[in-house]
Amino acid sequence: MAELPARAQCVVIGAGIVGNSLVYHLAELGWTDIVQLDKGPLPNPGGSTGHASNFIFPVDHSREFADITLDSMKQYKELGVFTESGGYEVARTEERMEELRRRMSSAKAWGIPAEIVDPDHVVEKVPFLDKDQIIGAAWFPTVGVVDSLRAGTIMRERAIDKGALTVVPNVEVTGMEVVEGRIKAVETNQGRIEADTVVIACGVWSPKLARMAGAYIPLTPAVHQMISVGPCPQLAERPGEISFPIVRDMDTLCYERQHGSDMEVGSYAHRAILWDPEDIPTIEQAKLSPTELPFTSDDFDPQLEQAYELMPELLGAEGAEIRYAINGLLSLTPDGYPILGETPEVKGLWSAAAVWIKEGPGTARAVAEWMTHGNPEIDLGHSDIARFYPHQKTRGHVKARTGESFIKTYGIVHPSEQYTSARNVRLAPMHESQKALGAVFYETAGWERPHWYESNAGLVEKFGEACMPRAHEWDARWWSPIINAEHLQMRETAALVDLSAFAMFDIVGPKALETVQHVIVAQADVKIGRVVYTPVLDSRGGFRSDLTVMRLAHDRFRVVTGGAHGMADLKWFADRLPADGGAALIDLTSAYTTIGLWGPNARAILESVTKADVSHAGFPFGTCRDLEIGNLMVLASRISYVGEYGWELYVPMEIGAAVWERLLEAGKEHGLIPAGIGVYGTTGRIEKGYRAYGYELDSERTLMETGMSRAKWKDQDFIGKEAVIAQAAQAPQAILCSLTVEDHTSASGVKRYMLGGEPIVRRDGSILTDGHGHHPYVTTAGSAPSLGKHVLMAFLPPEEAVVGNELAVSYMEELYPVVVAANDATPLFDPENKRIRGLA
Amino acid sequence: MTNVLVCIKRVPDPTGEVVLTADGSAVDGRFAGWTMSAHEEAAVEIATQVADGGTVTVLSVGLAEAEEQLRSALAVGATDAVLVETDTLGHGPADIAEEIAAVVRSREAGGTAYDLVLLGNDAADTGDFQVGVRLAYALGRPVVTGIQTIAVEGATATFKGEGPDGTEVFELGMPCVATVLEGGVSPRYPSVVGRMKAKKAPLETVAAVGASKGAGRVGLRVPPPPPSEVVVLGEGAAAAPKVVEVLKQLGVLS
Repeated sequence: MAELPARAQCVVIGAGIVGNSLVYHLAELGWTDIVQLDKGPLPNPGGSTGHASNFIFPVDHSREFADITLDSMKQYKELGVFTESGGYEVARTEERMEELRRRMSSAKAWGIPAEIVDPDHVVEKVPFLDKDQIIGAAWFPTVGVVDSLRAGTIMRERAIDKGALTVVPNVEVTGMEVVEGRIKAVETNQGRIEADTVVIACGVWSPKLARMAGAYIPLTPAVHQMISVGPCPQLAERPGEISFPIVRDMDTLCYERQHGSDMEVGSYAHRAILWDPEDIPTIEQAKLSPTELPFTSDDFDPQLEQAYELMPELLGAEGAEIRYAINGLLSLTPDGYPILGETPEVKGLWSAAAVWIKEGPGTARAVAEWMTHGNPEIDLGHSDIARFYPHQKTRGHVKARTGESFIKTYGIVHPSEQYTSARNVRLAPMHESQKALGAVFYETAGWERPHWYESNAGLVEKFGEACMPRAHEWDARWWSPIINAEHLQMRETAALVDLSAFAMFDIVGPKALETVQHVIVAQADVKIGRVVYTPVLDSRGGFRSDLTVMRLAHDRFRVVTGGAHGMADLKWFADRLPADGGAALIDLTSAYTTIGLWGPNARAILESVTKADVSHAGFPFGTCRDLEIGNLMVLASRISYVGEYGWELYVPMEIGAAVWERLLEAGKEHGLIPAGIGVYGTTGRIEKGYRAYGYELDSERTLMETGMSRAKWKDQDFIGKEAVIAQAAQAPQAILCSLTVEDHTSASGVKRYMLGGEPIVRRDGSILTDGHGHHPYVTTAGSAPSLGKHVLMAFLPPEEAVVGNELAVSYMEELYPVVVAANDATPLFDPENKRIRGLA
Repeated sequence: MTNVLVCIKRVPDPTGEVVLTADGSAVDGRFAGWTMSAHEEAAVEIATQVADGGTVTVLSVGLAEAEEQLRSALAVGATDAVLVETDTLGHGPADIAEEIAAVVRSREAGGTAYDLVLLGNDAADTGDFQVGVRLAYALGRPVVTGIQTIAVEGATATFKGEGPDGTEVFELGMPCVATVLEGGVSPRYPSVVGRMKAKKAPLETVAAVGASKGAGRVGLRVPPPPPSEVVVLGEGAAAAPKVVEVLKQLGVLS
């Protein structure tokens, strides 16, 4: 085997599915001097890849996952290591059948073949399954199994053949050398290797490796139990590794997957068994491999009975024994997404971790593109390692969240479902007041945010049917008609909204203008006191973010952005500061709370607590300034995300509670109510057609497609300028539209309300396809109470993006008529924006 | 019909590198897992074969965690289990033999007389080779050691064991005691149904009869690993004859 070189262009640590795929894709993209290390032997160095069950169900509720998985399948097929077996998700309960219908929506939206079938369909293909145990199933004909070790070997060999790769197994990393915030070298038990770029693709060991450099990869090793039962005569008669479809027994959180003459039964039903990377045995200490830990049979016994129930003849066959049983370690993250990208702590140090077999090659391709061009083709926004706030990097947080979510691996998870663990971490200064007002808290980025206030329950009576109550439990779960009541009251009087979760940072210094100008699309060289709403693009013209920038001084700009994506935005700006130190970034996220005050009476309320001129002329839209509220000083910005006259007030954390109380008090005679994020994030914005990053906007979307293009571009250069000019000259491949649901009545007579993610199809149910080859799906769904409509946003093929066009939305396997109400950013409510300007 | 008692011990799986607990008092099974020794697995297998409708009781002296090993034996054919629950830290072979003898006596008083008591030839962790002999002495029964197969005919049992100089064959009248060496039978893995049955099979927990008083273990030490000796046999095709020579020495080639 090769000796450890002294230097490399790039060191990839780890020879599991991720590391192997990554070295291949880096070589394909032109990297010429890659060194791949692993502490174990090849081809199976002992990580999670070595014991993976290796099957792929392409369907997922997340588009990012689905796209990455489809790309991975394509790659496995090209490598010749994919065997299509088909797969079922079987249901034992009606609740699960409904979830399978919901999965049909996702499958259709992502273009994955799938259908709901009856038990006969299942037993025809899986004759040893007891038909009486199930009431139905979802059939996915394109499910298959892969040989992930062979795939890895082929990919390494291809990179070696190109002359781009040196593989050094049996070498253990012992340290990382970081100089001035940048990775310099990797230390091993066989010496030191210098590299400008180092990738940690070490699966369950990744956190340990990251800490060597002072970075964090917040994942935890977790046990997934699996047994192998055989030889089963029913399987042994068939040739090859797999000839029966894989069965996911969703209600028992188990799967049954044929492997030659054995049936593997895997479980996600046992208690969460979490490890620390430091406690994983060495190769020498381990009985099988470091990630195949001793089986704890007690944890598996209930699943054994359930599996037997489903396949008694097979699992009870004469001579069939439990020949292999492991507590296999795999990687779990606190939010379920992989951890990809350059670490925010150390330049040149990348993470490609918490990636499963089904996502390996696709993820590796995207990360390789990211490392090479700065952008992956498939948006990886949810997986960006930069997303974590400090508290989310702690072991305590990781274990609390993964401990809670493990059992949901096959669970029925509502899109708005909240975690119960690791709560009450970031509390707004007005938290106590909110509790007293009966706030129902949802969590974002660790912040407890009121989603609605029970104190506003009386408004539901006031507005009655206009609150658009939802009769179906699923549609109404994690929702309240109070949200719509708060919305209507805001439009009538005014609302106070806690926006503490915003991320905020200043760019300061002599080169602050130059820096901001280069990053944002809008003109940054504005008068002091101007507020600019702007997209932030990557070099291909895809969205990196959308945010507001305030010019506070000639050399100071304040960026305000959403909490969920705030840390990634911060890294995006920080990475683009001038090398000579001419501008600096100061994170103010924890220094300021934000309070939104909007509605027809907002001006009167603010006037009652300040002597300043806050009239439309005296405090125009799109401006900001310091404002005295009695003896309290705040920074007020005249903007709105809900379509009303009003302000965002940026308030030092310590006086946040005082400002909140004074405004609530002053607002009493003006009908002011506190309103939750339900209004701010959904109803208010959807009526106004405002796009949200992570929903409508991501790096795969352009200004043209989102109806946010401009007639002319600023003279100064900015990231993505060339691309947007080129895009503007061409017809878009898809156009973001707002659609209204015309009839909610389901076959059962119960009115149904879509929640997002559903496919948009023709009235006859036929599929639509846009210029990218994607199928339209609902990016945001929500009530528009002022319109009395349920509104959906979706990217439609340009020829369908015609106002008045009659289409349908598929929800739980039923079609509901929808109509295109807007094919650009024109608001459905108050299209002329008279309210914002104080004219209505 | 033969009633058999099989004595098993919860030990760390010996296939990985030996890791000691922090205080050095025991072997740590956290990485390798816990098991019964291969000798004892063979003893359980033999017991299920010779019982012929009789009882196969598995017994362990140890902490509550030993239930895992007892259930494993129940999953492959044992009919009931006894756990003498006690911390065996500091127990010597004489103490263990006494605990087992107490169970044999009390079971006999209760109506279950064991014709055959089987033990592993030696424990996988401590390797004392003593409990079987001491137990036979305590019970006043004959004992044979290093046995690999057993056949029962009426009140007589025939024991065979492969020794360095050939096969040893013994015939003993029952009741008697034997220690089993792996290699004569193939222990089975549990079936799904067996495992499910094991979960519900009877397991009696009894108190220990006494504290340790015989010679006991104070601590363990892992010797330093032997230095690895790499011998370069040559390079390329020229090395082939030497490789063949080594393979012959190892018995891979003849």
